[in-house]
Amino acid sequence: MHTQHRRRVWLFGIALLGLGGALAVFGLGIGSTGFQSLLAARHDAVALQIVWDIRLPRTLGAWLAGALLGLAGSVAQGLFRNPLADPYLLGSASGASLGVAVALMLFGGSVASMQWAMRLGLTGAAFVGAVCAVMLTLMLARGVQQTLRLLLAGVIVGVVLGAVKDLITIASADILQALQGFILGSTGLVGWSACAVMAAVGAACLLLAWALAPVLDGLALGEATARSLGLPLGAMRAALVVVLALATGAAVAQTGLIAFVGLAAPHLVRSVVKTTHAGLIVLSAAMGGLLLMAADLLARWLIAPQELPVGVLTAVLGGSYLLWLMHRRGARGGVA
Amino acid sequence: MKMSRFPSLLAAIGLSLCALAAHAFDVVDERGITVSLPQPPQRIVTLLPSLTEGVCALGACSRLVGVDNYSNSPNAVLALPRLGGGLDPNVEAIVALRPDAVLLAKSSRVTQRLEALGLKVLVLEPKSHADVRRVLDKLDQVLGTHEAANIWRAIDASVSAAAQALPAGAKGQRVYFEVNSAPYAAGESSFIGETLTRLGMKNIVPASLGPFPKLNPEYVVRANPDLIMVSVRSAAGMEQRPGWSGIRAVREGRICRFDAAQSDVLVRPGPRMDEAARLMARCIAEKAG
Repeated sequence: MHTQHRRRVWLFGIALLGLGGALAVFGLGIGSTGFQSLLAARHDAVALQIVWDIRLPRTLGAWLAGALLGLAGSVAQGLFRNPLADPYLLGSASGASLGVAVALMLFGGSVASMQWAMRLGLTGAAFVGAVCAVMLTLMLARGVQQTLRLLLAGVIVGVVLGAVKDLITIASADILQALQGFILGSTGLVGWSACAVMAAVGAACLLLAWALAPVLDGLALGEATARSLGLPLGAMRAALVVVLALATGAAVAQTGLIAFVGLAAPHLVRSVVKTTHAGLIVLSAAMGGLLLMAADLLARWLIAPQELPVGVLTAVLGGSYLLWLMHRRGARGGVA
Repeated sequence: MKMSRFPSLLAAIGLSLCALAAHAFDVVDERGITVSLPQPPQRIVTLLPSLTEGVCALGACSRLVGVDNYSNSPNAVLALPRLGGGLDPNVEAIVALRPDAVLLAKSSRVTQRLEALGLKVLVLEPKSHADVRRVLDKLDQVLGTHEAANIWRAIDASVSAAAQALPAGAKGQRVYFEVNSAPYAAGESSFIGETLTRLGMKNIVPASLGPFPKLNPEYVVRANPDLIMVSVRSAAGMEQRPGWSGIRAVREGRICRFDAAQSDVLVRPGPRMDEAARLMARCIAEKAG
């Protein structure tokens, strides 16, 4: 029974990755000019650049960003013992938008402030904003000991930073559209360097989260039980918050605010297989990657040659799937 | 004899200038970044309506290969591929057009990505009357057209003419220009405000409040403008706003409602600023004259 179960987890993981690989091939052929770019790539430098420098990195980037969000989502849900937790819970989303708003405002300002902002770039500003927001949350919550305090601090930081962002947009209304673009989320601007950053952060976070997964299994049985297992709860929790902040920050910085992937990926995994947190984290990453990559393909394909912001699609698709899942479970008398 | 040689000398200088223009040259854009162009660009993408209009005003419309979603003037650009807006710039479609220069605004999100892909990117963003002139000069330099001075003179003269044609009684009216119903206003220091000032109007929103401040509706009621300018889209229900029925402009029906195409002309700091001035002047003459 046990080995059969393990085999099922493995098969599921391999299926997720295989599907991801197949979709990636489609990713090379979908865009403003369609498959002919792929065929022309052999003798046409621009077609080659489109396939190799634009479509491939953005397809892989979508997978990586989705994986980071799926990973962060499963960590958040385990850490807060709450199935509604998502990666943006500790204020990173509003921190990142605030960072982008400040950078955009500086772009429009004097030459000196602009050069400062340009050195950091929009992605840098978003990352710094996201990580600072989580630090602020931790400071308000006085550490990671009390889950509820941490949650509350996260919500408050999110609201306050969001309001500051709104103040900035009122002062300089011309940044509104670029900011809205960031908030809707898009993989259209992901290049190879962004992929490298996300891959590096993703690998580090995955390893760390995987190693710390037993503490999440312990926490699932209650804080007292976890403590009674003799785990250094404080330090491990702090490390998991770091994983959460880094993974979310890296994804948000490169692709903007992508809704629902972090929330939905762990739920989708749990609806197929039952596994420990170590397995859940890895599978959620693979699921998140697959989700965002598929959504990105749809975003490029639906109204080609134009494209939709992918965050809108993930919210619509992920949200409706979760609703359906809840409805089905509800009908059977259980809870999600 | 000596005099007859003079034109040919001029021609020679002109020719050598043209030859120079064909060589590589450097342009400093508004980020302070020096972009070197091997020759005046022949395949241009513009991602800001006022830049599209600027390029066309200089007679280089035929060199445009793609524009953003909002560029709709002159008519020649309507047939060009649309490359997205501030929300959804389409990197792939831009690269596929093989542009040798991309002109865009400061707040554009694609700047870094396009540069990483090896495209020449120039950031130019006119925001005031002086900027319109500066950007025209810069575009002139980039395109190698030598037209900017003439065009600017014509625009400037046309704005002055619109101002002079106004009846003397219409001058000094207190005007409120509403950008949208939040309400955001166009202040004295905005591009629109500058045009109003040149037409001899008094803006109820002083420069100290910034170019496009978000006002408390109460402020407008207290300022009691003689004339209100607003786009059709945000004009609906203006008379029903609490207390607004007492405003002189509302009471006497002195509200100019501009349709979408007219609003485009009014709010874009570009070569159609003379047309904008004429639109405003017509409104002033009709409502307040």
